Amino acid sequence: MSALAGACSVTLDARVASAIVPLDVRAWRADLLARLASGARIVTLYGRPAPSAHAGAAAVMVTAVVQLTDGRLEVTRAVMDAARGYHAMTADVTALHCFERELHEQHGVRVAGHPWLKPIRFEAGGRAARDAYPFYAIEGKEVHEVAVGPIHAGVIEPGAFRFMCLGEIVHHLEIHLGYQHRGVEPLLLRRDARKLAPLVETIAGDSSIAHTWAYCAAIEALTAGDERAPVGPEIEAARGVMLELERIAMHLAGLSGLAADVGFLQGASSYGRLRTTAINTSMRLCGSRFGRGALRPGGSGVRLDAEAGAGFSRAELRQNLALLVNDLAIIDDCFLSARTVQHRLKGAGRLTTAQATELGLVGPAARASGLTHDQRAFGAGVYAEHPVTVVSEPSGDCWARARMRIVEIGRSLAWIAGVLDGDPVWTPRRASTAAPLELVADRLVVSVVEGWRGEAVHCLETDAAGALLHYKVQDPSLRNWLGLAIAVRENEISDFPICNKSFDLSYCGNDL
Amino acid sequence: MFKSLRVRASQGSQFIVDLRKAVPNGHRGLPTISTAPCPEGCHACVDACPTEAIAIEPVRLDLGKCVFCSECVHECPEGKFAFTSNPHLSARTREGLIVTEGPEGGPDPIATDAALKKLYGRSLRMRQVSAGGCNGCELELNAALNVNFDLARYGIEWVASPRHADALVLSGPLTRNMAEAVRLAWDAMPDPRFVIAAGACAISGGLYAQAEALDRGFLRDVGPVVYVAGCPPHPLGFVNAILQLLGIAPSAG
Repeated sequence: MSALAGACSVTLDARVASAIVPLDVRAWRADLLARLASGARIVTLYGRPAPSAHAGAAAVMVTAVVQLTDGRLEVTRAVMDAARGYHAMTADVTALHCFERELHEQHGVRVAGHPWLKPIRFEAGGRAARDAYPFYAIEGKEVHEVAVGPIHAGVIEPGAFRFMCLGEIVHHLEIHLGYQHRGVEPLLLRRDARKLAPLVETIAGDSSIAHTWAYCAAIEALTAGDERAPVGPEIEAARGVMLELERIAMHLAGLSGLAADVGFLQGASSYGRLRTTAINTSMRLCGSRFGRGALRPGGSGVRLDAEAGAGFSRAELRQNLALLVNDLAIIDDCFLSARTVQHRLKGAGRLTTAQATELGLVGPAARASGLTHDQRAFGAGVYAEHPVTVVSEPSGDCWARARMRIVEIGRSLAWIAGVLDGDPVWTPRRASTAAPLELVADRLVVSVVEGWRGEAVHCLETDAAGALLHYKVQDPSLRNWLGLAIAVRENEISDFPICNKSFDLSYCGNDL
Repeated sequence: MFKSLRVRASQGSQFIVDLRKAVPNGHRGLPTISTAPCPEGCHACVDACPTEAIAIEPVRLDLGKCVFCSECVHECPEGKFAFTSNPHLSARTREGLIVTEGPEGGPDPIATDAALKKLYGRSLRMRQVSAGGCNGCELELNAALNVNFDLARYGIEWVASPRHADALVLSGPLTRNMAEAVRLAWDAMPDPRFVIAAGACAISGGLYAQAEALDRGFLRDVGPVVYVAGCPPHPLGFVNAILQLLGIAPSAG
């Protein structure tokens, strides 16, 4: 069964769920490995409870989504008995490690032979599961361990890091997360599907637009039926501008943090102040510095006026963008040419292209290691009308990840300017949430949005009666945390803060 | 050196001179509820609210639960709800966060605490702990010390160790997996000490109030001295709550 999706600015795939015939477990495993060997890239792999053939046995429907090099998504499924499970694929394809760990943790699926079934969020087993897990350890008289967290020194989210060091050199970093686990996924199923936007906006509060766009696109695909009616170019353009503003703002926050971590305080305060301009621009457009309320299924909360007045005019928006372009050029030049910055960032936390590919990294962290996937390159809609040139850096170190941000900020500013060339006027429009919403029955929708950190993946499935059967959320951070752990190996422990900031991953997005 | 001077010239002076009077243009802040009568039996606002922040007869809104999504504005047939750009959304008590109908329906103003003023009026050190925060509150709390809001001008700063802290600023709905760490941080703080709850999640659980993965026991044991509402709170809301609490700036009017 081919996908039903029409033109959309995000990578989207909608299928008749019952038409995806679940394979026998062994056939599914072989099928997925063959697809990945032939050049497809894993996008997500997750489980959901399935009706069991045998009383007392827990059955799990496992769905794997892969992306072909032209951007198309393909789905392959299997139903398995959780207790019997299957043989792990992580040993063959490292990038699958987080998915198989999650499958085990969330659904109790036996993943035999997995090298590393470490808790992701210590869900049902709670702290006991975390405490019982034999975390990686290095033995040796001279080896010492440094434990950090879950509460860190700064005003940031919690997570625990354990460094195994010989002298100042980190041999391995064990990251354990889960402290932020709020139970997002069960809540998404408990509420009316059309009213989820405020909750989705807080899955990772610094990526509200990326996650909410993925949610909105999926709900729109589920309400429009086979002939997907896109929300119209006006709303798509406003969404694109909000997404790029989020990217600019968070990249600036990252640069500010990196500058602070190398003691380059002029960079820290300058990038911080320019971030204020970026988020205040979002606030003028939608009322929130984080883009809350900007996106709603079938609607938009973004306002842009032709003339100056009570709202926010195109001239004011252009003025803010011009300020960013002008002042960024000055601070970027100062930052990139500062010897202290170069000395600290160059060569630190290096990940080769081969490593980034093997680990399945996504987003700017992957592109800084020479990979080139970016969902915006596949979009129809506004990203086809205004194409984004995918940029990548070859060196894979903290320097590359910093430069990546600077280049992407520039591209995003130019992209928004391109959209503004069409002299758009945006009016908030919302569909009432009071009217009963009918979702198309028996559909599986996968929507993928390239946020500032990488791809946010939302998978929604409806049952035969049109009720939401499953809602799977995936933040890009889930896939990138191991990248950080590998990147700090053989680096000095004092370089960990800059390695960490250069990845800038989400704790709550991982922990859900 | 020359490049550094160019940066200095381009950045200019960014700090907000009067934090008390500053209003963030376009910000969705304090909601107001008009006195227009509700249609018979209407509960559109209650149904639309994602956090059960609204009660009716008479209509009132709990800022401690509100996430400022403005769904109530869109669903109310009488247009009773409106959001203003006022970022002052704090109160000393949980009940003080209730917004009622009419122009005077805002939260209770924060009275300066004489004891806290004496202790911390010239220097306050805060330890922030996120316990399930989505990074919205964390970013805004960080921003309170940036070049725009510059809370450090009053001797108020974040510290890395709870040992050095006078106040514990909590964000997030308090996840079960962070319960132990929150108590350890509090136990490590020397007396005298107090708690500030920042954001709808910390105050009430917010959008996560119904989630099973929480353990809010700490906040039941140790009541916050001030509640800073918002999702997330604007830095001006947080900054002014502290300035008023400690009597650092004269209260408005």
